[in-house]
This record gives sequence, C-alpha cells and structure tokens, in this order.
Amino acid sequence: MVTAKRVWAALAELPDPEIPVISLVDLGVVRDVAVDGDRVTIEFTPTFLGCPALEVMRDRMADAVRDLGGTPDVRVVLDDSWSTDRITPEGRAKLREAGFAPPLPRAAGEPALVQLQATAFRCPYCGSAETHLENLFGPTPCRSIRYCNACRQPFEQFKTI
Amino acid sequence: MSARAPSRTDVLLAAADDELILGWRDSEWTGIAPSLEEDVAFSSIAQNEIGHARALYELAARELGGDADALAFDRRPAEYRCCPLVELRRLDWADTIARHWLYETADAVRIEDMAASDWGELAGLARKIEREEAYHRMHADMWVTRLADGEERARLGASLEALWPYALGILDGKLRDRFRERVAARLAWFDVAGEPGSEHARGTHTDELAPLWDEMTMVRRSIPGAQW
Repeated sequence: MVTAKRVWAALAELPDPEIPVISLVDLGVVRDVAVDGDRVTIEFTPTFLGCPALEVMRDRMADAVRDLGGTPDVRVVLDDSWSTDRITPEGRAKLREAGFAPPLPRAAGEPALVQLQATAFRCPYCGSAETHLENLFGPTPCRSIRYCNACRQPFEQFKTI
Repeated sequence: MSARAPSRTDVLLAAADDELILGWRDSEWTGIAPSLEEDVAFSSIAQNEIGHARALYELAARELGGDADALAFDRRPAEYRCCPLVELRRLDWADTIARHWLYETADAVRIEDMAASDWGELAGLARKIEREEAYHRMHADMWVTRLADGEERARLGASLEALWPYALGILDGKLRDRFRERVAARLAWFDVAGEPGSEHARGTHTDELAPLWDEMTMVRRSIPGAQW
C-alpha cells in the first residue's frame, strides 16, 4: 500500500545527481506528495532552469514511486516557489561537511554584489571568515567560487536564489 | 510586418528566441575567453539563458502545439522572433561586455513586465527567471565598473555607441522608455538618444543568424525525428 509517508521516505533517499551528499528532500525541491489509490502525484520545483539534472531528478522520483508499487505523476512546477531558503537545516549541514558553503538566507532580499564580495562567508574547511569572491559563476548553475585567504583553499558557494 | 498587436505567444517566443540565440553566442566564449574565470562565467550564463529559453518554449508549446525542441530548432531562420542585437557575432571583449550589459538591463525590464502579467504561469516563470538573471546583471555591472576609466572606458564607450541602435530594438513603447531611463541612470556619460532603424528592430534579421542557425540545428536536422 503506497502512502504519502512512504513516498516521502523514499524521496529522502534519492541523492541530488550533482551534489550527492544531499537528498532531493533536503534540497527542498519536492513541494507536495499526494496519494490517491495507487496514483502518486509529486509536485517538483526545479532549482535552476538550465540544470541538466532536472530530467534525472524527475525520472528517479518516478522510479522510486514505481518501486513502491505506485503509478507516478511527477509535475514540474516552473515558478518561484523554490528558493535556496527551502534547503533544510540538515541539508545545509551536509553541504558544509562536503565542502560547500551553504547559501545565505534570502530574508535580506535580493543578493547584491557588495554583499557577495564582503567577507561574510565562512570557509567550509577551516571556518575562517577571511574569504573572498573569485567568481559569481562556477562549475554548475547553482554555485559560485570563493577563496579562503586563511587556508588558501578555493571552495564552492551555493548561490542564494 | 503586420500591424496587429503581438499575441501573448508572440511575446513569449520573442523572449525565448532572444535567450536561445544569445545563449548560443555566449557559449562561443567557452574555451577562449580572456580569462579562465570569464570562460566559466559566460559558459554558465549561456547555460542559464538556454534553460530560460526552454522553459519559455515549453509554455509557448502548450498554446501553439508541438514541443519545446520543435519551437527551438525546427523553424526556419526567418521565422525566429529574436532581435538583431543577440544575433551579432562579436568576438571583441568590449563588444561582448557592452552587449551583455545592454541586454541584461533591457531583459530586466521585460521580466518585470512578464512578472506583472495576468497569465499566472508566465508571471511565476518570470519571477523564477529573475532570480537567476540577478546574477547576470551583477556580473555585467561588475564589468561596467571595471571598465569605467581611461582606455577601457573609451573602448567600452565605442562598443556601447555602436550597439546602442540594436539595443533599442530589444523592446518597444513604454518598455523601451524604461530601458532608456535605466541606461541613462547608470551611465551618465552615455548619450541615450536615438531610435532603432529598421535593420535594428525585431522582425528583421542580420546576415549572422543563418550561419548560427545552420550550426545550431545541424545535428537535429541530420536525423529528423530521432530520439536522443
């Protein structure tokens, strides 16, 4: 018998294809799970529109529902209901452990260049706040590149969006 | 061109085609930008722009039929609704930065307009696109600051002047006025007067679109209907 609880538990086991330390539930991209008989509707809000992992995430969620004996209907919702504020506290901790600085809260509003250039971001390796912005862009759409002046290590910063 | 008011799918396709073609031009810096950091930046910006195009085409395809790929790749060059500015192939860094900044400034005005649309899905998508475009604008603006003096300023100024009539062709009417005001507010030294000529306006194409289209659609045309 498929239940919403079992679906959420299964989705919590699915790693992000590009940052596998964090699950799709940690990432906050699963907006809703609704179960009607064996039909399972998942509302999925992608992170970045150009993210090549989008189809992979959608297909893996559908497979997870099938593994539970359900019939999946994964709906991709393209609006602004996902932001980096939806990454869970557990997700943030996992990002930090894997060497990614987690995003700043959006509470302060739109990210601004002066704010990103300021030394407010802690190095995920040594904890120093003596870091600087190297590049607003990085190896995937969701990341910027920073450099730690204390331990002389470049690191990846999850963009605040 | 007909005089009828553009339909909501015309507006959508214009934005999608701009993002696709500019994304393609930005991707031409991959591997050859003047610094590794800019190689990464323009590659990532290109990826975002093409992602925006895809989402806009998907929305348009629901109204027009077909799918996003068919809209992106199966039309003839003359059927695209992109503005001439995005078609230009300019492998000069000052031109690239001038186009980047002008386009992102105008695109912000267009996205705000879409976000205020009473078509809920378009408004929601525009708000999502805006989250990503904010980074493009920060990047473009950082370069305008970096090139603000001396020889750099002279070169940027010459590029802005040459591209300005094309930039005026991105938007029409009130949106164009708003764009002009923003450029004037940021660049006090730049003359924002003028109107786009017919060769700069949306609805016409430069000679540079056809070779781009030929390359962009080559693989898809090689095996029509293939599932990749």
